Amino acid sequence: MSVSSNAPGLSDKRLPTPSQSRGVSGFLASVPRIWIYLSVLLLALSLTRVITGADQITSVGTLRAALISAMPIALAGLGGLWSERAGVVNIGLEGMMILGTLGAGYYGFNYGVWAGLIGAAVFGAVGGLLHALSTVIFGVDHIVSGVAINIIALGASGFLAEAMFTGLEGGGPTQSPSFDRAPSLTVPFVSDAAGDVAAKGWFLVSDLAGVVGAVTTGLSSYTIIAVGLFLLTAWVLWRTSFGLRLRSCGESPQAAETLGVNVYLYKFIAVTISGALAGAGGAYLATVSSSGYQSGQTLGFGYIGLAAMIFGNWRPSGLFLGALLFGYANAARLRDGGDSVHALVFMVGVALVLLLAYQLWKRRWLAAGLAGFGALLALTVYFGTERVPSDFTEMTPYIATLLVLALASQSLRMPAADGQTYRRGSAG
Amino acid sequence: MSRVQRIALSMAAPVLALVVAGIVTTVVLLMAGEDAALFWETILSVPESRNIVNILNSGSVLYLSGLAAAIGFRMNLFNIGVEGQYRVATFCAALFAAQAWLPGYANTFATLLVGMLAGAAWAGIAGLLKVTRGVSEVISTIMLNAIAVSLIAYLLRETGSRQGQTIVTDPIPEGSRVGGIALFSDSQTEVYGLIVVAIAAGIVFWFLINRTVFGFNLRATGMSESAAVASGVNVKRMTLYAMLMSGALAGLIGMPNLFGESYNFGSTIQSGIGFAGIAVALLGRNNPIGVAFGALIFAFLNEQANPLGILAGISPDIILITQGAVVLSVVIAYEVVRRYRQRLEQGAVADALDRQGSGGAVGGGAAGGAGGTIEEGAGA
Repeated sequence: MSVSSNAPGLSDKRLPTPSQSRGVSGFLASVPRIWIYLSVLLLALSLTRVITGADQITSVGTLRAALISAMPIALAGLGGLWSERAGVVNIGLEGMMILGTLGAGYYGFNYGVWAGLIGAAVFGAVGGLLHALSTVIFGVDHIVSGVAINIIALGASGFLAEAMFTGLEGGGPTQSPSFDRAPSLTVPFVSDAAGDVAAKGWFLVSDLAGVVGAVTTGLSSYTIIAVGLFLLTAWVLWRTSFGLRLRSCGESPQAAETLGVNVYLYKFIAVTISGALAGAGGAYLATVSSSGYQSGQTLGFGYIGLAAMIFGNWRPSGLFLGALLFGYANAARLRDGGDSVHALVFMVGVALVLLLAYQLWKRRWLAAGLAGFGALLALTVYFGTERVPSDFTEMTPYIATLLVLALASQSLRMPAADGQTYRRGSAG
Repeated sequence: MSRVQRIALSMAAPVLALVVAGIVTTVVLLMAGEDAALFWETILSVPESRNIVNILNSGSVLYLSGLAAAIGFRMNLFNIGVEGQYRVATFCAALFAAQAWLPGYANTFATLLVGMLAGAAWAGIAGLLKVTRGVSEVISTIMLNAIAVSLIAYLLRETGSRQGQTIVTDPIPEGSRVGGIALFSDSQTEVYGLIVVAIAAGIVFWFLINRTVFGFNLRATGMSESAAVASGVNVKRMTLYAMLMSGALAGLIGMPNLFGESYNFGSTIQSGIGFAGIAVALLGRNNPIGVAFGALIFAFLNEQANPLGILAGISPDIILITQGAVVLSVVIAYEVVRRYRQRLEQGAVADALDRQGSGGAVGGGAAGGAGGTIEEGAGA
């Protein structure tokens, strides 16, 4: 279809597509970029493994653990995405996740795994409703409300856990009795073959086999559901008019209101869904990562989910990548922590050396200096120690979060009206 | 509006908040099938002398924590990292004091400085990340909290010695310890001597924020960043200073306990003070007197809740729910009271304009929209 050449600037070229495409088709179009990032990462890990001899960093076990660690972070981040895309900052994700673990523990034990998931989502949604009530109706500062909800959720979970689980076999004030896990999927022939190849230690081939093994061995149905939620979110928010209106509430609620959008309602819905997703993340922690509710289970994953969302530039695809990154950092320290983290320090050191070279080439002296300092630090730690002490491996996901945020924050764009208190009728 | 009305309105919000929090707590207790009446009886029982001493002690600790959070809040900075800063600072202080490079009370004074510096440094990391890379201080401080736990555990293991089940640093020499204040004759426990540090911090805070140019700039940046920039304030530098000061105050949190009771840093150090400080700061609306009241109320609730497990079979965790509910209802209550006050003022202005004569209808509406009082503090 040709456009009239009278139209200035259009001629018969197609309309320019935005440089960062959106939605499911955008998701699919950007998949090549994600595959590129993941391939580079795999290559780097493979090289590191061969050079340092830390066999575990791309083993099937570690990558599986990475996926399991990543999903709660991803779900929490997805919750944060729904909320922030509607303009409400949701720091209370951690608290809603805690409520989710509690709900999963209680309903999972009493009514089965799937009831646990729904119960967790409901509990998380209650937290979300509370946050929505205080921020949307009462105009409370979003961060204050989030922090308050975290405190309440902490107290509520401790108190309710004691009321619900004491006296039950295997239960107590800090944990619920365990229950059956969700069904998992193992592709029979592929899984074994991948495991064998991965154990051989061949450069790149074994690492790739590790990836294949990780997604075909004991893949929990929860993980499949979570990935489905991601695709659903991408479709709803970027391909439906509901999603468009919701996003407009986060970019310019005044404009949305003048067009007849009920901004308050959309924010309410978004924050409630946000809580439900964080609760689902908690359910994942309670059913896949462990076998029931345990006090202190969330380990700050709610906040790391927020960091993943920021890293992903408030888009589901980037968020998923970020979650995988943080999940991997967590998994590396859980399995054979001392050696794996040691090898990762080497990898970070080399990456910083490359960054140093790049900054020098670009004549950015300050950035080069910082990169050089970081490289020196990392490589000194690597060559100066045999293993990383367990106290330091515990820090890995948190340091990873800081590093990622420090390096990536500048080039990202949050929804324009994110965090602003909106009052109905304030559109001029 | 009369002075009485003004004072009544300022008190309305915290009172309303406490009432709402009380209702929420009662509802939760009833839903869990616990004895709510017994709960309130225990909480509202008259404290004995030793309870009062404990309340004053934990109150002073909470006060310092609240002040640390309040400085950040005044600048719209959310220093959630008080927990980590306090841990780092108390460890460094305990280590320094035990070395006894200085004699007696000189050591004490130097240790206070060391604590403040260490806390400021830990907070400074988050501050630097914010001003140079734009990293949200909420997430960075929370990450630093987690990192601090592991880091200090490692350093404690390297420098400390075993004492039963825990590892502790070397004790502070006798000459540097600060004696307690015996308030009541019928009680063994004494109030921490360093409660004066808490009181002094409050006075310095008040003076700095309200009577200096720096404090004015700080408040201005918190209320309207663009206005502050327009009047020449370097926002990035302000942000960094605010974080450093917040960290320094956080560094003082552990000092009264360190010099008055424990004399060393151990792996059983009290946690959760950082979050409680945030709650106290919000309750007290970020000004030193309000935060003091808030600290005392929270300390009272904590102390009275101790026997709950034994006397009423209720988990003391319920107090966390109460405290969280207090925080949320306080900010909501402030907002509700603010809107009510605004409507009162709009009505008063409209009346005044009506009395003046015609044209009041147009003037009243416009003036009412513009007439809000200048509100103190960040937060709600």
